Amino acid sequence: MRRRAIPMAALAALLAGAPVSAQEAAPGRDVYDRWCAGCHGVEGEGDGAAAGTMLPRPRDFTTAQYQVRSTPSGALPTDADILHVIDEGMPGTAMPGWEDHLSQEERQALVGVLKGFSSFFESEAPAEPIDVGSPSGAGEEAVAAGRETYEKIECWKCHGRSGRGDGTSAPTLEDEDGLPIRAADLTEGWHFNGGSSVEAIYTRFRTGMNGTPMPSFSDLIEAEVVTDEQLWQVAHFVKSLSPETPRVREVVRAALLEEDELPATVDDERWSEVQRFYVPLVGQIIEEPRWFAPSVDGVWLQALHDGEELVVLLTWNDPSRSPDPGWDEWTAKIEAAMSGAAIPPAGAADTVSAADSALAGTPAGPASTPPPADLAPGAAAPAPASGPAEPPGGGSAVGHPYDTLIVQFPTAIPAGMERPYFLMGGADDPVYLWVWGSGREGIGEAVGHGFGDIRPLQGESILTAAAEYADGQWRLLVRRPLSGPEAENRLQLGPGRAIPMAIFAWDGSNGESGKKGSISTWYFLYLDRPSGKGVYVWPALATLLTAGLGLALVARAQRRSREGADVT
Amino acid sequence: MDLSMKRFVSLAVAALIVGCGGGADDTGGEAADDAAGAGETAGPVVNPDSAGTITGVVSFEGTPPAPEPIDMAEEPTCAEKYTEPPVKEAAVVSDGNLANVYVYVKEGLPDLDFPAPSEGVTLDQTGCHYVPHVLAIQVGQPLVIKNSDGILHNINTQPSQNRGFNISQPVEMETEREFSTAEVMIPVKCDVHGWMEAYIGVQDHPYAAISGTDGTFSLENLPAGDYVIEAWHESFGTQTQNVTVGAQETQEITFTFSGEMAGLPVPLGEPLVLHADHAGVK
Repeated sequence: MRRRAIPMAALAALLAGAPVSAQEAAPGRDVYDRWCAGCHGVEGEGDGAAAGTMLPRPRDFTTAQYQVRSTPSGALPTDADILHVIDEGMPGTAMPGWEDHLSQEERQALVGVLKGFSSFFESEAPAEPIDVGSPSGAGEEAVAAGRETYEKIECWKCHGRSGRGDGTSAPTLEDEDGLPIRAADLTEGWHFNGGSSVEAIYTRFRTGMNGTPMPSFSDLIEAEVVTDEQLWQVAHFVKSLSPETPRVREVVRAALLEEDELPATVDDERWSEVQRFYVPLVGQIIEEPRWFAPSVDGVWLQALHDGEELVVLLTWNDPSRSPDPGWDEWTAKIEAAMSGAAIPPAGAADTVSAADSALAGTPAGPASTPPPADLAPGAAAPAPASGPAEPPGGGSAVGHPYDTLIVQFPTAIPAGMERPYFLMGGADDPVYLWVWGSGREGIGEAVGHGFGDIRPLQGESILTAAAEYADGQWRLLVRRPLSGPEAENRLQLGPGRAIPMAIFAWDGSNGESGKKGSISTWYFLYLDRPSGKGVYVWPALATLLTAGLGLALVARAQRRSREGADVT
Repeated sequence: MDLSMKRFVSLAVAALIVGCGGGADDTGGEAADDAAGAGETAGPVVNPDSAGTITGVVSFEGTPPAPEPIDMAEEPTCAEKYTEPPVKEAAVVSDGNLANVYVYVKEGLPDLDFPAPSEGVTLDQTGCHYVPHVLAIQVGQPLVIKNSDGILHNINTQPSQNRGFNISQPVEMETEREFSTAEVMIPVKCDVHGWMEAYIGVQDHPYAAISGTDGTFSLENLPAGDYVIEAWHESFGTQTQNVTVGAQETQEITFTFSGEMAGLPVPLGEPLVLHADHAGVK
């Protein structure tokens, strides 16, 4: 009886409405505390425990500044606007969409919780959405006209001539809290906060994005500086800058080019015919120091071979050609903004700094640094055991914030699915690396035994590279004979095999070096087989073999059934 | 702490007003009557006969920080407007006088309703500079934002009590906006030209002025009474003085800033306090 009393009492209370009234006090508050407060803070000030690792920082709800709205600049968002962001997330940030994780009721309740954090929702009249109408014009003419208006109203000042977020003002941009913020890379529509439809892009022009440098252009229509149609054309132009959201494939295919020379430059027209593969990159957050503000978020790969040589074209967006003094302030601001996130746990500090100084090619401590070992082909070959190779990123600590790209392979093509540790290998399972840096304008081969131990490969490099930087984009062409002189840890390439491959990238001007950079997981590079005689012989042989086996099987079955008949 | 101090100050001021006897009260009453009586005929809110003036100078002691040069190489349209290399205006000192100080009546005004002037205050963008650098405006008064450069500027206001707006002006043009709430001060910046900074002080009354290059300022037609006058500077912080002004009287006051005050926290609007228990923390 007693045992039952408590649940009964609870039930009675429930029926009496006590929990319901508690819910009325703060509907959705429990959902907020569980799913939102970790980043946005208990009081909604954007200062949750994880906030320091994020750039841009989580929204501070107390100021009621919302980036993605349907309302004029400075106005409050509508409830639907807030719900939309909760549902869809902010693709260019750490904010995920919650549509699939929380019920409609819970998400709706969160809107009320968020609004409760700011008194503006009490003091200000609710705002009306801007009537954006429907898209006007489309097609090539609209895009071309949009490009002209893009130039005229100087969108390029921040977003760059080609839209890659590399405009002259890009290095100085700050958000409402004075933290560095990127001008959106308009060629990566899948990262647009607020969506990448033409309507969404146009709406951002009209509303601006509160809390960021992105202003509203609505006054231009009122002042007849541009027409509404022209603004729609800019939206069409911006939309045209992005390809469709790339499908990530695990296998990067190097087609065989038999009848022609392999392209030798990044500008070779034939590259436009070669299939492009997208490898997304993320910040290195496996090992300390972790990096939550990566600059390079993807690399496009195109590859060809002729049976003798492999050529790979790697293309990635990086708003700065490091080293670039114009980005020095940005570098300092990024380092300051992320310093709180990079504190290694107690005990790991020694290991980390040792690994870092190894990466930086410098003895720990003194600032007087010997010139790092040069991996460039043609330069004096690094002496054996001369110490670690030049660091990824060049190490801003030594004042050379280079851009770096590394392509990683195992040291031999594995027979099964066994692959070395994907983060620069391990002590017992080394990786074979192509290391390219903007400061050297050259490329070298190296062997990695983990992040802290990257050394030039002994002997002369068999790689050649050509790199070009324009309008916020690197294009790097790497050539290598499929088989080179036998050397310890040098991978020998060959067609018809799935060759594990991973990519690492560093943007020096973003304060990236050592473990602070972008990484990918393992992918595969597959070189098409030569379509020599084998292409015709092997299928024929296989057919014959199958037919033969089939005949033998039939014959055997017939024999058995005969024998069986004899027995009966 | 902050709150209780404020409460103390306002109590003290209130006590002073009462203590001063009929003078201040009468003025206030009359003025209020004037305002009410004026109605739609929009007569003066304050009777000039019962009003006085506070004038003064903002002086500067010691060596002012050297003006920070601006690299305008990326914007030749602006760079070529300068014969002398352009510098920031974070501390404009000449002959020991400090310019760009926002001086205003912080407390002590009778409960009057000052209608917003219909004439606007202009914030010009010229030579990739805001002119003026510090601006006084009334609640509801038009802020005329002008682009005289003909190149892209964005006007990003970052208030804490008003709703901030961020609008684009890529050509020579004018746009109007207004503020709904008194606030000291609203920073304005241009994200295209990171060096561009301006500050807007908003009051629900007309008693605010900006010190000129000679450091002088003047608050005129002020109802006789006891006031807390505050002087705000972007680099050197704030100072307050209690001033009593009688009818048709001119009170002269001096604010003195010094280089040692640089780096002190400069208040930019009151923080939004939503929970009383957080007031002390903020």
